[in-house]
Amino acid sequence: MDWLDVGLIDDIPQLGARVVATVVGNIAVFRTAGDAVFALEDKCPHRSGPLSQGIVHDRSVACPLHNWVIRLDTGEARAPDVGCAQTIPVRLDGRHISIDLASFIESRRDERVVYLSECRPAR
Amino acid sequence: MFKFSAHETRKPQLVVVGNGMAGIRAVEELLARAPNRYDIAVFGAEPQVNYNRILLSPVLAGEKTFDQIVINDRAWYERNGVALHSGERVVDIDRTEKMIVTDQGRRVPYDVALLATGSDPIIIPVSGATLRGVTTFRDIADVNAMLQSSAPGRHAVVIGGGLLGLEAAAGLQVHGMDVTVVHLAPSLMERQLDPAGGGLLKAELERRGIKVLVSANTTTIEGTDHAEAVVLADGTRLPADLVVMAVGIRPNVTLAKTAGLAISRGVLVDDKMRTSDPEIYAVGECVQHRGQCYGLVAPLFEMAKVIAGQLAGSVADAYEGSVVSTRLKVTGIDVFSAGDFAPGEDREEIVFRDATRGVYKRVVLENNRVKGAVLYGDAKDGPWYFQLLKDGTDVADIREALIFGQAFVEGAPANDAGSIAALPATAEICGCNGVCKGTIVDAIVGKGLSTLEEVRAHTKASSSCGSCTGQVEQLLAATLGSDYQSTPKIKPMCPCTTHAHDEVRKRIVSDGLKSIPEVMQALSWNTPNGCSSCRPALNYYLICAWPGEYRDDKQSRFINERAHANIQKDGTYSVVPRMWGGVTSAQELRAIADVVDQFEIPTVKITGGQRIDLLGVKKEQLPAVWAELNKAGLVSGHAYGKALRTVKTCVGSEWCRFGTQDSTGMGVQLEKMTWGSWMPHKVKLAVSGCPRNCAEATIKDFGVVAVDSGWELYVGGNGGVKVRACDLLCKVTTAEEVLEYCGAFLQIYREEARYLERTAPWVERVGLDYVKKRMADAEARRAAYERFLFSQKFSQTDPWAERAHGVQANEFRTLAKVG
Ligand code: SRM
Ligand SMILES: Cc1cc2nc3c(=O)[nH]c(=O)nc-3n(C[C@H](O)[C@H](O)[C@H](O)COP(=O)(O)OP(=O)(O)OC[C@H]3O[C@@H](n4cnc5c(N)ncnc54)[C@H](O)[C@@H]3O)c2cc1C
Ligand code: SF4
Ligand code: FES
Repeated sequence: MDWLDVGLIDDIPQLGARVVATVVGNIAVFRTAGDAVFALEDKCPHRSGPLSQGIVHDRSVACPLHNWVIRLDTGEARAPDVGCAQTIPVRLDGRHISIDLASFIESRRDERVVYLSECRPAR
Repeated sequence: MFKFSAHETRKPQLVVVGNGMAGIRAVEELLARAPNRYDIAVFGAEPQVNYNRILLSPVLAGEKTFDQIVINDRAWYERNGVALHSGERVVDIDRTEKMIVTDQGRRVPYDVALLATGSDPIIIPVSGATLRGVTTFRDIADVNAMLQSSAPGRHAVVIGGGLLGLEAAAGLQVHGMDVTVVHLAPSLMERQLDPAGGGLLKAELERRGIKVLVSANTTTIEGTDHAEAVVLADGTRLPADLVVMAVGIRPNVTLAKTAGLAISRGVLVDDKMRTSDPEIYAVGECVQHRGQCYGLVAPLFEMAKVIAGQLAGSVADAYEGSVVSTRLKVTGIDVFSAGDFAPGEDREEIVFRDATRGVYKRVVLENNRVKGAVLYGDAKDGPWYFQLLKDGTDVADIREALIFGQAFVEGAPANDAGSIAALPATAEICGCNGVCKGTIVDAIVGKGLSTLEEVRAHTKASSSCGSCTGQVEQLLAATLGSDYQSTPKIKPMCPCTTHAHDEVRKRIVSDGLKSIPEVMQALSWNTPNGCSSCRPALNYYLICAWPGEYRDDKQSRFINERAHANIQKDGTYSVVPRMWGGVTSAQELRAIADVVDQFEIPTVKITGGQRIDLLGVKKEQLPAVWAELNKAGLVSGHAYGKALRTVKTCVGSEWCRFGTQDSTGMGVQLEKMTWGSWMPHKVKLAVSGCPRNCAEATIKDFGVVAVDSGWELYVGGNGGVKVRACDLLCKVTTAEEVLEYCGAFLQIYREEARYLERTAPWVERVGLDYVKKRMADAEARRAAYERFLFSQKFSQTDPWAERAHGVQANEFRTLAKVG
């Protein structure tokens, strides 16, 4: 695990998200109404819509392009849509948010790996 | 039949044990066949009259009161000479003396007895099962107990994920409880739904905030004298102020056992529904017939008919058991299942999924015969598949279309009314009461029935679980034609609530609700913070209700409105500056050209709305692009908003040889007045300078066509998916009147339409006459116009200029950049 501090929870609006841009793609960091934080690859399993721009409700986000509903904890699309966004481990120390960037970069090294990974909760 | 000695002149005495659905249905069927042949006495352990047990769920959810689910009121018993002894339990039957013995020590003689004792809810043998706060979900007493302890925020754990458990969970959640369903099997309602259907149901319940744990085995219920928590085999501990035991039912054979009748799981009966004592019959859930016990009303009502036949003398009547199909409403979701839908080697299955409508259908075939079917979300074709299953029809030649339902296969029009007409008379409409289409239509025509209530009274159709109510109403409409007007079914705004748009808008104003959380609290939303369809709608309704007071909730806006730019498929954005009435200048064009070069914007396009669209702008670039455009006086064109979009114009009298008025100038004035206004859906205007109508004014939300004597005003046009030509509203003579009529019309539309309803469908729904009436009353018109101008005072600041100066900066900046 290689935790990287990406900012304060206060920098993200509740029921919102912001993007961490990395060389291998964007990561969406979400904040729920109850101040839980989650991180997903900013690509919807349907047609790669930017999940960071979607409406967050409870612990899901509605993709802005075609309204698939994606669970923030598992990355899983809500039935009957089938698909899974890559989850990225995220941690909250006080107000600081850090993400495990290594696992994301590792998974993106071999693009095929990403699509074969089935849905597992981040933690 | 029973021996009846010659000199006896009194009527034979029928005693019914159990004042429930099956017992009283048998009495009703008997009264219909042999009205005054028996003296009838009924003993019921419950203090109430016979009520519809199925509708306990809506009572728990607060949708119905107890009185509304009563089937036979006291007056019914008196009218039919049935002596009802409620709150009196029968504890023994002296079969030699032919006497029943009650818990109040009474002995009552019978010539024939009918056991209708129903079933008992199963209590799982875990420690703590008898603690206070642990209840079942069987009768009105259970429901009252659950209602007493259902306070918002308290924890409810429902053990059992079958129909009853899920209905209990949904009901408790409406009261704001934190609800968890604990289910032993790997998927919900495993007897009625296959794993995929069960998965959909689980997802829907979780979406509504009900937690669901499957393959979860309850081991203990903790608490000293009141339940405090439920503990599972894997050690999970769930806090619980209320525990509902809904794991199943067991036929109630207590009395039969005491009386020495033959029993197994249930009271054993033959095909004439007689127990081991030929003078004692049994009916309902307490019965075991040919090895089968039933937990749904359809088979019980068939038994009741056979018993009534026997008692009325038609001895040939026999009950051969029922092939059961279940058509259920689980928390408002249509579920249908029939036959055996388990997979098998020599079985094929056809599956249909429709994500947006939340529909899933699976039909299992074995050598081209329907063996089983599971329908989730749309059960309209359930009876048809069930008919094919029962008849064993060979479906080889309709195999491809089979999954799309009967209407599709038989080429009837796809709408519901059409598919109802296509059904044969023998098709079963009401599963509970086994009522087919022919019986209902004959009753409507024969007895001149005209309302749903009358059809229920005469045929029993839709009087039990009610899930066929829609189809019965369609039959009324199809049979009576135009003079039938069904009770309009209110459509909820979204799955998070039972309330419709209009009601929510009314309550926001009447109850003074000033924020989205307040609305969700006051109208008991069943999700913590709504969904992607209700949040934007509520944000708009609040803006419209409290101009200048309500604080806009950005996170409840669709991204285009939040970022003030249209999102593209690759995550970039488009920028469409406003061009008043479609008029521009060299200075504006130069500014646009410079911005395109400076920010290397890939596409520049003339839009159908008479302005210029810059496509492919990165989100971080937006504020800077806007700043440059602002310098040339260009502002946001709201091409992304449920708002005023464009006012298209034609050249008009300023240049055109046919121009009767200055349409361009009029268009600019209209756009200056209306830009920035948030609306239920996008609004488009146009002004043409003469009846040749070059600005296509008559397919706009509000269109103006200039004529010599003034201006013709048009409303409710649409040029999109469903093209609609405008309706002529009226003619006016001055530009001020055009502005007033436009402002008033838009304000009424803003205040009364439903979110995402454009003016075209709205005008069709409320009727042009209504709109004309509102606009004809000068005072009301002026007041609406004033309200519009007042709300515009708070919405005509350029969102681009604000954001160019740092407002909402985080929206346009990444949280961090790495590597
Ligand atoms: C840019 C433009 C096409 C063009 O290049 O000309 C356009 C582009 C879009 N239109 Fe349109 N419409 C454009 C003029 C029209 C017109 C013609 C007009 O405005 O006179 C119509 C038919 C007239 C009408 O609406 O009554 C039109 C009917 C629609 C509809 C169907 C609306 C309906 O009620 O049926 C939609 C869907 C919706 O709004 O939900 C739509 C939705 C869209 C969206 C916003 C789709 C979306 O939600 O992402 C498109 C954005 C494209 C993009 O990638 O940025 N667009 N669209 C035009 C912008 C006009 C402007 O300057 O604001
Ligand atoms: C919440 C809920 C939802 C349901 N939904 C559906 C549905 O959607 N579709 C469907 O088909 N079915 C549904 N059912 C099942 C349906 O309600 C039962 O099948 C039906 O009520 C059984 O009728 P019955 O007369 O056999 O038993 P009951 O209706 O239970 O009647 C038995 C009566 O006898 C009384 N009694 C018992 N022993 C004695 C005694 N010794 N002396 C005197 N009285 C006695 C009991 O108190 C009870 O009042 C539902 C049930 C519940 C609880
Ligand atoms: S017509 Fe369809 S594809 Fe073309 S811009 Fe409008 S919405 Fe997009
Ligand atoms: S890309 Fe997300 S729903 Fe289509």
